[in-house]
Amino acid sequence: MIGRKTTDALLYLDGVTVSFDGFRALNKLALLIAPGEMRAIVGPNGAGKTTMMDVITGKTRPDEGDVLFDGGEFDLTKLDEAAIAELGIGRKFQKPTVFESHTVEDNLRLALKAPRKVLPTLTARRNAEEKARIDELLATVKLDAQRRTPAGGLSHGQKQWLEIGMLLAQDPALLLVDEPVAGMTDAETFETAELLKRINRTHSVVVVEHDMAFVRELGVKVTVLHEGSVLAEGTIDQVSADERVVEVYLGR
Amino acid sequence: MIVQRLAGRLGLSERIFVAVVVALCVLVPLANLVFPPGSPFHVSNASVVLYGKWMTYALLALSLDLVWGYCGILSLGHGAFFALGGYAMGMYLMRSIGTRGVYGNAILPDFMVFLNWKELPYAWYFFDWFGYAMLMVMFVPGLLAFVLGWFAFRSRVTGVYLSIITQAVTFALQLSFFRNDMGFGGNNGLTDFKDLLGFPVQAQSTRAVLFALSALALLGGFAIAKAIVSSKLGLVLIAIRDAETRTRFLGYRVERFKLFVFVVSAVMAGIAGALYVPQVGIINPSEFSPANSIEAVIWVAVGGRGTLTGAALGAVLVNASKTWLTAALPTLWLFVLGALFILVTLFLPKGIVGTLGAWFADRRGKP
Ligand SMILES: Nc1ncnc2c1ncn2[C@@H]1O[C@H](COP(=O)(O)OP(=O)(O)OP(=O)(O)O)[C@@H](O)[C@H]1O
Ligand SMILES: [Mg+2]
Repeated sequence: MIGRKTTDALLYLDGVTVSFDGFRALNKLALLIAPGEMRAIVGPNGAGKTTMMDVITGKTRPDEGDVLFDGGEFDLTKLDEAAIAELGIGRKFQKPTVFESHTVEDNLRLALKAPRKVLPTLTARRNAEEKARIDELLATVKLDAQRRTPAGGLSHGQKQWLEIGMLLAQDPALLLVDEPVAGMTDAETFETAELLKRINRTHSVVVVEHDMAFVRELGVKVTVLHEGSVLAEGTIDQVSADERVVEVYLGR
Repeated sequence: MIVQRLAGRLGLSERIFVAVVVALCVLVPLANLVFPPGSPFHVSNASVVLYGKWMTYALLALSLDLVWGYCGILSLGHGAFFALGGYAMGMYLMRSIGTRGVYGNAILPDFMVFLNWKELPYAWYFFDWFGYAMLMVMFVPGLLAFVLGWFAFRSRVTGVYLSIITQAVTFALQLSFFRNDMGFGGNNGLTDFKDLLGFPVQAQSTRAVLFALSALALLGGFAIAKAIVSSKLGLVLIAIRDAETRTRFLGYRVERFKLFVFVVSAVMAGIAGALYVPQVGIINPSEFSPANSIEAVIWVAVGGRGTLTGAALGAVLVNASKTWLTAALPTLWLFVLGALFILVTLFLPKGIVGTLGAWFADRRGKP
């Protein structure tokens, strides 16, 4: 498997099944993300969106199915979280998780692309290049003023942005973003959509979100998940016209 | 240069700490050796030993704070690392007794002759050589920490479960060291030491030097711990403490960082134990007692975890009260210790140094 390009897709999921005590959170899920693509994933609560991200990032092992990265080059089901992160898959959690007692700056510093082994970390020195990257990131996520604030003191929306900033700091090939606008005002939601679009110019992105206005704003291909598999795929207008999708959303 | 870099990063409480320990390191031996008994400046021999013991406890507390305060690993087995370092030193001291033992055997320590053993157990080989013994002081606790950490951290054992494992290990060690056939003196442990590198351990000057060495070891331990926690690795440790999963998804191999800091800390605790033994003149299995490890946790909690200096301060304060109270009201000590822990947890969750630090930061924050 390693070293052979078997697909054009950056991320390739096929027949992925995950059961928790007999309950199928993912059921023969198939999903292809092309290099450079941004994809929105929607679906009712419990559809399996977060579980899908858990599988991609190595947190959960699928019972069966293929999870391949970089044109089939890497089998993600065989790697652990740290290895997958190093391959270039970054993740923002559904519940914003930043390092609360570290300053905003230190959060970014930890996320910056750099050797992750013990000894290089022990001897790492601050340098101008690193500082420039952090300045740039702070500007991108609009947290310049909070540079030395402990992340625990940020508002909910700011934490979401900091976490996106940390994702960018890792400079991953693929960003997985779980519900980035939960708890944000309309203005913040709009800005986040703009930010993700900008990020998508240089990165592939998978966004999970409930907020339909936000998904519409992104203007990308949408995949609807339901009970662990793909129910529909297409533009936002196509999927929202799909009867089964309407039923899943309204029938609950 | 490293010293300069470090010194530049020290906060107020850390500068005070370094100044006080340096002063003690010079003044206590001076007051003991230069001023005659009866002089108001004289420090008695018994006090030198007592203070020396506190210095080693402070180093033990510091090592515990490094893993608990900064990486969230609540070890209830640090007493075991301390005791292992102590035993390694004790073995050297036993072997350097030579023919001066009761039975006059040049090779075998007295307790082995008493048990009718004919040959020195392998574990005791080379312990007559000081350099080897000092290596073992660090290697044995380090190895135990490595093996324990390797299995526990890889299988992602955290929180209470990890604490229980460390506690179980120290208890198991206590039980095995109680056994005569383990070859470490059983119940009685190792004692009746004569000299260390040729200096009689009971002599006033040796004790003064041991005190000074303990104070220096405390400073050295502080410098190493401070260098670690103020590096980028220190940021990773705190990140692990606060959000372990997040740290993993950033690409850090959490188990390796934990293992690193756990081993460093165990080695530090071992050195503390090695300095403790020649000063108190004995090491026996009671040093492995689970209660000892728990007491060390209380020292750190009282002084303030995640502060380094607080851990050292807590060790000294709690032990000073213990000395005073066990003389005044011997039966009460354990209750006082328990009450202290509960009170600190409820009212001073950041400990003494942590609370003072927050208070100063607050005052500076206000116009
Ligand atoms: N570790 C687990 N153990 C047991 N069940 C789980 C576990 N993780 C997820 N589930 C279940 O799997 C299903 C899918 O959960 P998942 O979190 O993936 O949904 P989701 O689409 O992200 O929903 P939401 O929109 O609420 O975030 C849910 O029914 C959930 O209860
Ligand atoms: Mg979810």
